[in-house]
Amino acid sequence: MRIIKKRKKWGGSRGGDIAIFLLLIFVGLFMLFPIYFSFVQSIKPVEELFVFPPKLYVQNPTSLNFEDMLKVAGALDVPFSRYVFNSVLISVVVTVVQLLLSSSAAYVLAKVRAPGIRAMNKIIEIALLFTSSVTYIVQYIVMAVLGMIDTYFALTLPYIATAMGLFLMRQFMGQIPESMIEAAKLDGASHMRICWQVVMPNVKPAWLTLMIFAFQGAWQITGYLFVYSEQLKPIPIVMQQIAASGIARTGVSSATVVVLMLPPMILFLILQSNVVETMAHSGLKD
Amino acid sequence: MFGKEKSQYIEDSKFRYTMREMKKNGSAYVLALPFFLLFVVFTGIPVLISLPIGFTNFNMVQFPQWTGLSNFYTLFLADDVFLIAIQNTLVFAIITGPVSYILCFLLAWLINEMPGPLKTVFTYVFYAPTLAGNIFATWQLIFSGDTYGFLNSVLLNLGLVKGAQQWLTDARYILMCVIIVQMWMALGAGFLALRAGLQGIDKSGYEAGAIEGIKNRFQELIYFTVPSMGPQLLFAAVMQITSSFTAGDIGRSLTAFPSTDYAAHTIMTHAFDYGSIRYEMGYACAICFVLFLVMLVVNNVIRKAMSGILDT
Repeated sequence: MRIIKKRKKWGGSRGGDIAIFLLLIFVGLFMLFPIYFSFVQSIKPVEELFVFPPKLYVQNPTSLNFEDMLKVAGALDVPFSRYVFNSVLISVVVTVVQLLLSSSAAYVLAKVRAPGIRAMNKIIEIALLFTSSVTYIVQYIVMAVLGMIDTYFALTLPYIATAMGLFLMRQFMGQIPESMIEAAKLDGASHMRICWQVVMPNVKPAWLTLMIFAFQGAWQITGYLFVYSEQLKPIPIVMQQIAASGIARTGVSSATVVVLMLPPMILFLILQSNVVETMAHSGLKD
Repeated sequence: MFGKEKSQYIEDSKFRYTMREMKKNGSAYVLALPFFLLFVVFTGIPVLISLPIGFTNFNMVQFPQWTGLSNFYTLFLADDVFLIAIQNTLVFAIITGPVSYILCFLLAWLINEMPGPLKTVFTYVFYAPTLAGNIFATWQLIFSGDTYGFLNSVLLNLGLVKGAQQWLTDARYILMCVIIVQMWMALGAGFLALRAGLQGIDKSGYEAGAIEGIKNRFQELIYFTVPSMGPQLLFAAVMQITSSFTAGDIGRSLTAFPSTDYAAHTIMTHAFDYGSIRYEMGYACAICFVLFLVMLVVNNVIRKAMSGILDT
């Protein structure tokens, strides 16, 4: 019995744990290095940016690069806060709506047996493989027909229904025991209720993961073919412009890199600690 | 339950049976409708229309002209760059696909063996590159061809190279550099899904396993963990197939475009070249169509192999 108790906290042997730990640290350093390097570059003053050999640390950290970035951003026709607002709006809408729609559809695809559902599953599985760089022209035509060009709709609606998000949720929901759903059905619950009150609480890691994917994707939306009004453009486009404007300033472009990567990272941090916490004491049984 | 009802209506025609089943599950269709509406309008229709464009000559100004299979003849018989692109894509996919798939599974599993707080920290560390994504500027700095380049300065100090190497413009190194960056970024979606899947595993199963005589963590992995992760493993596999076959952005942003001797040219970059630079849409669609077929075949083969091992 003692072995089992120990098993819960640390896996296998103590020596194995330490070996795994060291291996993870080693690979982890490789993963973090470029991110760390970007950050260091962004707080280096100009004198240090062009030192040979390039240094991995900063002697006189400066916020000048960020100030320069804001200065350029402040000189734009549209206030910088407007771009921030656009990006936050787009990311929140896409993330929330994608979560709602993908989860509902995934429940149907995973757990309902009715005519046509198999075909829908097949379509999604094939669509996963079609990542095309040539569909934008037809997408443009579709949006023009719907009168969505140069509106917030063009920046949100096309990015909501992704085959990948649906597939992810479907894979997790498929693992929910059939008996659980049958029990809810006997209690007279509708599909809607079963999906949101029975299935969803049991696939929390899945939808927290989907939220990360959705936000990450939405944060990168530029919509540069579908939107031309400056008031509607999101942050990534402005950052590209700023990074391109200061050719001699590698520091400024490093600063834009850091600014762009922070929001998804912070969200991930919040959601990820949530995943671990909630799942430590849950378990499904058939 | 399903089977019983079927026998009840056995004398019905198939059509009427279908109609009745659909009516009974009406609310389920309503639940799936919003997603599929958006999906059809913004993904379905564009994809379905761009497939036939591959059989036309379309310059985005005039109406497409039907040219039959001529785009495909050109691709395979006259376009030398496309053959290089196919070769690069395959080399790239064969190296990065399996390696990052195994890596993302191993890392997800090893992290799961760690105690609570370390789990969160390591998950964060390994997913951070995917979140940071396009920090190509930093990678360019690392691989930069002059002595300010980080890799060059390290190697020069160690005396491993004689002069500064042109990592991103020397055809011998380009593909290798792109592969390294891809590996760095590639853990991504599959890794996170596997982490989430491992967290959902019923812990009492481990105890049952211990009683049944599972001795060490490798046995536990093979007999218990892998079989209960089928859906997530399939998800990760599909994600790795798409990301390794459609890679192109990394090469394009990292090296010059087109790269020296087309060393980092993949099918995807070839499609970008014709679709977004030369505006030969018909030809670009044909390229994407070929890539889609290749991925379809690979996907089916891998699914068959996986369903033999797991029951997904």
